[in-house]
Amino acid sequence: MVSPNTPETPGGASSPSGAARSIHDVVIRLAGNSQDGIQSVGGFLARLAGRSDQDIMTYMTIPSTISGGPSIFQVRMGTGDILSAGDRADMLVAFYQHSYDAHIGSLRPGGVLLYDSDHVKPAPDDNRFTNVAVPITTATVEAVGGTSKDKGKNIFVLGLIARVFDLDVAKLAALIKERFGGKNEDVVRNAMLAFDAGYAWPQNNLRDLFFRFEAIDRATQSTGRPQITMDGNTAIAFGLITAGVRHGAGYPITPWSSIMETLRTELPKYGGIFVQCEDEIAAVSTALGFSYTGQLAITGSAGPGLSLKMEALGWAVMAEMPLIVVNVQRGGPSTGMPTNVEQSDLMQAIYGSHGDTPRVVLAPKNVEDCYYIAIEAARIAREYSTPVFILTDMGLSSRIEAFDEPDLSKLMVEAKPDRSPRGTDFKPYPLDRITRHAPPGARIESGKYPTVTGLEHDELGHPTGSPKLHMQMTAKRRDKIKALAASLPAPEHAGDEAGDVLLVTWGSSWGPGREALGRIRNAGVKAGHLHLRHIHPLPNGLEATFARFKKIVVAELNDEGLYGFGQLAMMLRARYANPNIVSVTKTDGLTFKVSELVAGVAHHAQHPALEASTGTAAKSVLAQG
Amino acid sequence: MSSAVATPPPPPGAPLTKKALTADHPTWCPGCGDFAVLASFYRVLEKLQYPHEKIVTFAGIGCSSRFPYFVNTHGGHFIHGRALPFAAGISLGNDDLHLFVFGGDGDGFSIGGNHLVHTARKNIKMTYVIMDNSVYGLTKKQTSPTSPLGFKTKTDPTGAIDQPINPMRTLINSGATFVARSHATQVNHMVEMMLRAAKHDGFSVVEILSECVEFFEGAFDAAVPRKGGAWSLIEEKKHDGTPEDEKRHDTSDEIAAFKLAMQPWPGVFGVFYENKTRKTKNALEADLVVKAKERTKNASDLALLQATFARMR
Repeated sequence: MVSPNTPETPGGASSPSGAARSIHDVVIRLAGNSQDGIQSVGGFLARLAGRSDQDIMTYMTIPSTISGGPSIFQVRMGTGDILSAGDRADMLVAFYQHSYDAHIGSLRPGGVLLYDSDHVKPAPDDNRFTNVAVPITTATVEAVGGTSKDKGKNIFVLGLIARVFDLDVAKLAALIKERFGGKNEDVVRNAMLAFDAGYAWPQNNLRDLFFRFEAIDRATQSTGRPQITMDGNTAIAFGLITAGVRHGAGYPITPWSSIMETLRTELPKYGGIFVQCEDEIAAVSTALGFSYTGQLAITGSAGPGLSLKMEALGWAVMAEMPLIVVNVQRGGPSTGMPTNVEQSDLMQAIYGSHGDTPRVVLAPKNVEDCYYIAIEAARIAREYSTPVFILTDMGLSSRIEAFDEPDLSKLMVEAKPDRSPRGTDFKPYPLDRITRHAPPGARIESGKYPTVTGLEHDELGHPTGSPKLHMQMTAKRRDKIKALAASLPAPEHAGDEAGDVLLVTWGSSWGPGREALGRIRNAGVKAGHLHLRHIHPLPNGLEATFARFKKIVVAELNDEGLYGFGQLAMMLRARYANPNIVSVTKTDGLTFKVSELVAGVAHHAQHPALEASTGTAAKSVLAQG
Repeated sequence: MSSAVATPPPPPGAPLTKKALTADHPTWCPGCGDFAVLASFYRVLEKLQYPHEKIVTFAGIGCSSRFPYFVNTHGGHFIHGRALPFAAGISLGNDDLHLFVFGGDGDGFSIGGNHLVHTARKNIKMTYVIMDNSVYGLTKKQTSPTSPLGFKTKTDPTGAIDQPINPMRTLINSGATFVARSHATQVNHMVEMMLRAAKHDGFSVVEILSECVEFFEGAFDAAVPRKGGAWSLIEEKKHDGTPEDEKRHDTSDEIAAFKLAMQPWPGVFGVFYENKTRKTKNALEADLVVKAKERTKNASDLALLQATFARMR
């Protein structure tokens, strides 16, 4: 595909008047409507960053309406590790007046407002920002022509961004061609026309904005592996495939559906199967049926769907059937805020069934960890013959990150069901060791075939009403999870080993937590950051860590509840009886901003200066003069 | 508490006998119809001579769902109403098994009603035996979805007022590819129906009227000749060209099957409907795998995933 304007050399080819200013990272927020394809701009930038040396994290909201309605995509790109999507934007691209009205408040002082002058009239007396007017709609129509109307505005904007941030045009062009290559040639041509028109937009009309990301320190790049780019749900799906999981069942619900869609498409290639069931209960039941045949299976859902699965999960604990259960948490209860993030299903995951149901709950910290935690979940499920929850969330599910390509030759697990004959001493529920089920098809040499059951049972799986056996079997189910706890590694601990405050996070709050730690310590507070991936059981030894800090501030995206503590904080207080454990919670449906965590910690550490500093936004890196 | 095995197991390849198939002593009340169903099932397995380790007996919750404890095969006891989706996982997870699911009218038509419909429409390979006693027995006499109008229970002390389900109509309508009806007092007939169901390639269902002597005595006497009832068998077409064959039932004729299902109580017994052409979900899913493998030229799992990741760079 020949584009009319291909620059001769990548990056700032048309020799801009001023020299590029070096920046470490930038936060760009694109605000438009959901049909404008602004997500795909984010996708291109993410993949470009993956193919360059920059790191990337994106943030996305989609409206819960089916089509149309406001939508934003926020991308933060820069050199080296990017930990959070950024509290505020350095650049706002506003496609419509409502985009401007709703998001101008998120722009840092000195930031760039790039707006479609065909649709947006900024407040005339607001001089806090560098305002750049570009007739995005008419320029796109002129560039592409024909009947496509303003389709391609997103790619035009991508061209503008490429110009302003001196991005690698050759790589972007290749990505655009890959993305649209499967469609007809006109689509690729139109996309390139729009891109080139944006890229060639005269720089003096862009108020001479021209930036370049700092060169990466190659010595810090340890693996030397190429970067791959995906969202958290995709990472879970491919983590499971890596772990040898070939069977699953589910029912559609936002934001879980994309995992089942990926597995439904991918698993047959691997000889597997994913069943779309008639409801959530059938899905968990079918998945347990798969596991019973000796093939560890996955089911998943979001909050309300998990409620429906809870009875069957009680069975899974009683029958000691391995299973992977993904919960992509969203705002609850009930239908709640289906396209917003929350971490309010923690207690449900741990205690949501009836009876005493010890089981495993893991939570990934970022997109890359979604991949690795899926592998770990599969290993634990098989080794301890137990259901394992992966508690991810809406924030991770749709966030795109670039990370080192996993070393598949080392990670791939081949998991064939063991249908070999079982010796005469075989028992499905031995009291002296962890259950290893014999799947149907396995000959039992004693001639006594096992039953798997939800009734309390003896070692052969036959029903019993014996109080002694119920106590012994309850202990058996509990002790294997305690054995797992003893094998868990110490959680990731950054910053000070002892001091004023320990910030504790779980799930998608890892990045903002780590970034907050830097700001807290810069203010002179002796602080550490502890992040929990293993939520239940907790790793051993946390009480000693907690004892070294004056305050343990647990930050989580759920309500403080009737007693003033979030769900994890409540559990940690119950577990360690440490009155210094306190809570920072919120329920606005968004991931933690770094400033919110800093403010929360400062409040509990009684550091008014630090707390006050979070109230004002710092100047944008793009500020002029 | 289980003890060591007292007698040596039969050697591999020895014929599968009732003795080898017998497990716990049934916990049903004396006189329960389910005993006859169990005895018939042993006979079915003796006739079929499947490899012992490939037989799976599964159930949900209810009196009849205790069945798997009394049959010495691989098996299990799941939660109320959900035995079918669990069994779907077994069937689709390992196509090389002989899968029998047992349950009652509450399990199948009430709490598990939706699963029955969807397992039937997907035509997942298994045999489902519904032991219908028209009452909730395990919980001591509440109205069931097949309780007749006017039947007095603890939840309908003045008599049931809700229209009962017509099992045959429900099953045919759901798309089950083998639908038969039998009676626990007719052992030979039960054996024949279960045998044909087991040999059917698809989702096969046999509803067996099985009396609860404790809570609904005499429920099915209308079909028991020695109690003054009428035992009417479905005469199936022999396709012999004779004039009398005209009147016989064509089991592949769905409309004719509906008409049989609409007959007044106690109706007829035998095979109402059989569809031998519709593909099972097992086969359709296997086709998907074959086609996917063709497209990927049988690439190894590692090569496939590496190629996928390469596209994400």
